[in-house]
Amino acid sequence: MPGSAEVVDAVIRVAGLSKTYASGFQALKSVDLQIRRGEILALLGPNGAGKTTLISIICGIVNPSGGVVMVDGHDIVRDYRQARSRIGLVPQELTNNLFDTVWATVSLSRGLFGKAPDRAYLEQLLRDLSLWDKRREKMMALSGGMKRRVLIAKALAHEPQILFLDEPTAGVDVELRRDMWNMVRGLRERGVTIILTTHYIEEAEEMADRIGIVNHGQLILVEDKALLMRKLGKRRLTIQLQQPLHELPASLASQALELSADRCSLVYSFDAQGEQTGVADLLRSLAREGIEFKDVNSSQSSLEEIFVGLVHGSNQQREQA
Amino acid sequence: MNLHGMWAIYYSELSRMWRTLFQSIASPVISTSLYFIVFGAAIGARMEQVDGVSYGAFIIPGLIMLMLLNESIANASFGIYMPKFTGTLYEVLSAPVSPIEIVIGYVGAAATKSVLLGLLILLTARLFVSYQIEHPLWMLSFLILTAVTFSLFGFIIGVWADGFEKLQIIPMMIVTPLAFLGGSFYSISMLPPLWQTITLFNPVVYLISGFRWSFYGQADVHIAVSLGMTLVFLLVCLTLVWWIFRTGYKLKP
Repeated sequence: MPGSAEVVDAVIRVAGLSKTYASGFQALKSVDLQIRRGEILALLGPNGAGKTTLISIICGIVNPSGGVVMVDGHDIVRDYRQARSRIGLVPQELTNNLFDTVWATVSLSRGLFGKAPDRAYLEQLLRDLSLWDKRREKMMALSGGMKRRVLIAKALAHEPQILFLDEPTAGVDVELRRDMWNMVRGLRERGVTIILTTHYIEEAEEMADRIGIVNHGQLILVEDKALLMRKLGKRRLTIQLQQPLHELPASLASQALELSADRCSLVYSFDAQGEQTGVADLLRSLAREGIEFKDVNSSQSSLEEIFVGLVHGSNQQREQA
Repeated sequence: MNLHGMWAIYYSELSRMWRTLFQSIASPVISTSLYFIVFGAAIGARMEQVDGVSYGAFIIPGLIMLMLLNESIANASFGIYMPKFTGTLYEVLSAPVSPIEIVIGYVGAAATKSVLLGLLILLTARLFVSYQIEHPLWMLSFLILTAVTFSLFGFIIGVWADGFEKLQIIPMMIVTPLAFLGGSFYSISMLPPLWQTITLFNPVVYLISGFRWSFYGQADVHIAVSLGMTLVFLLVCLTLVWWIFRTGYKLKP
């Protein structure tokens, strides 16, 4: 299985995890995953893929149907106190006790996780999240962005070693998104393991050390981001032509070469890792055919393209099965 | 034992009561005062004594029980229903708190509030009638036991309810009628024999009877039976709460 490769210092070990809801919907199908201590793992997947169910089971909000989850060596069912005390969760929905003040709700979170009150720590936390001035305000008076910050403060109130962020930047403005990315990097520097689910591929590309792709309740891939980009990334060579071309000469006909819609450029896709990229042959063929070009540039395919390709491939496999 | 976690829930729930202090206290005190004015002063003055106790004094234990049942159920059901409704329950479920600690937090806070209100109504009653408490420790024990039992019952209703209407329906349709018919305003010995027998199937009879015994040393049923029936209901509620957490019923999919 994609996530079952043995990780030496895994802070979370998920083995054969499955979940079937009472409605009969199978949200997870024997998922194996090991999460390294101190890494940022991004879980990508379409809506309903099972990302939130996976997180919810690890955090104790949803009962698993089968399988085992160990958090820092502690079983989440048998030894739930030890397991849960290490975890902080920022949920997807903006759920808040509307009538509580910021200070009260953050204090409640710290207490729930068994920590003695620590005014200095909470003050610093609220200052770091630009919430200190709002500490006496009721939750209902805060903007959506501020409520999101409070949810993060609540998740961090008990100084967790592992932080789950379930679509943390969904619907937040650019400034807050950048603040969150900085905060996540800061936490990672302090040794906190971070698992985030996101729809924003750029977020995963920007932040993650590893990428996991979930589709139809299965983990179809877990890979180092850089390795994934290298292994699956296609490079694309765009050749701007001097004159529009009506059609590709027969000698150039190939699946890898396409004429753009405006017939002013040729787009050639190739495997960046391959021994023979075919670029030199292509350029020689163009010269032979007397096709002149004015510019050439190449680009790496983005994680988004890789993601779409993998999910599409996984869906096709399912349909064939 | 996660004492900080338990305290956090308890404190947070009592803070909710503090925020709504006026409506939390004023409403039950005013409505109970109205009962005393109507039944105690206006009608009671024309009534004979019941079992040697003036009618105004006789209805005190029943009125306190009536309020105690309603307040315990309302507070506890609302306490657990709101985090379910707003979605904030995720935090309690993901925290290292055991089901027992969660129940002590929520139910303990609701019962605390009900007991305080019960005592407040007892003080309010002093403004209207004079009364005696023959067994003050038993009175306090019954007050606490009933508050805890019906707060547990309220907790179960709060977990079961999936809308505000359902929160109201059991207190309104079942508990209040049972309390009215359970001897709040009369001794069941005043009823015809057949109705006396039927009334014994009403569990509230035992609560009110036992509580009245702690005041005046007289009861419709023996104190041991009252205590036993209250404990049985407590046990039933505890079993249901245990089942809720064991299965995750309406809390944890």
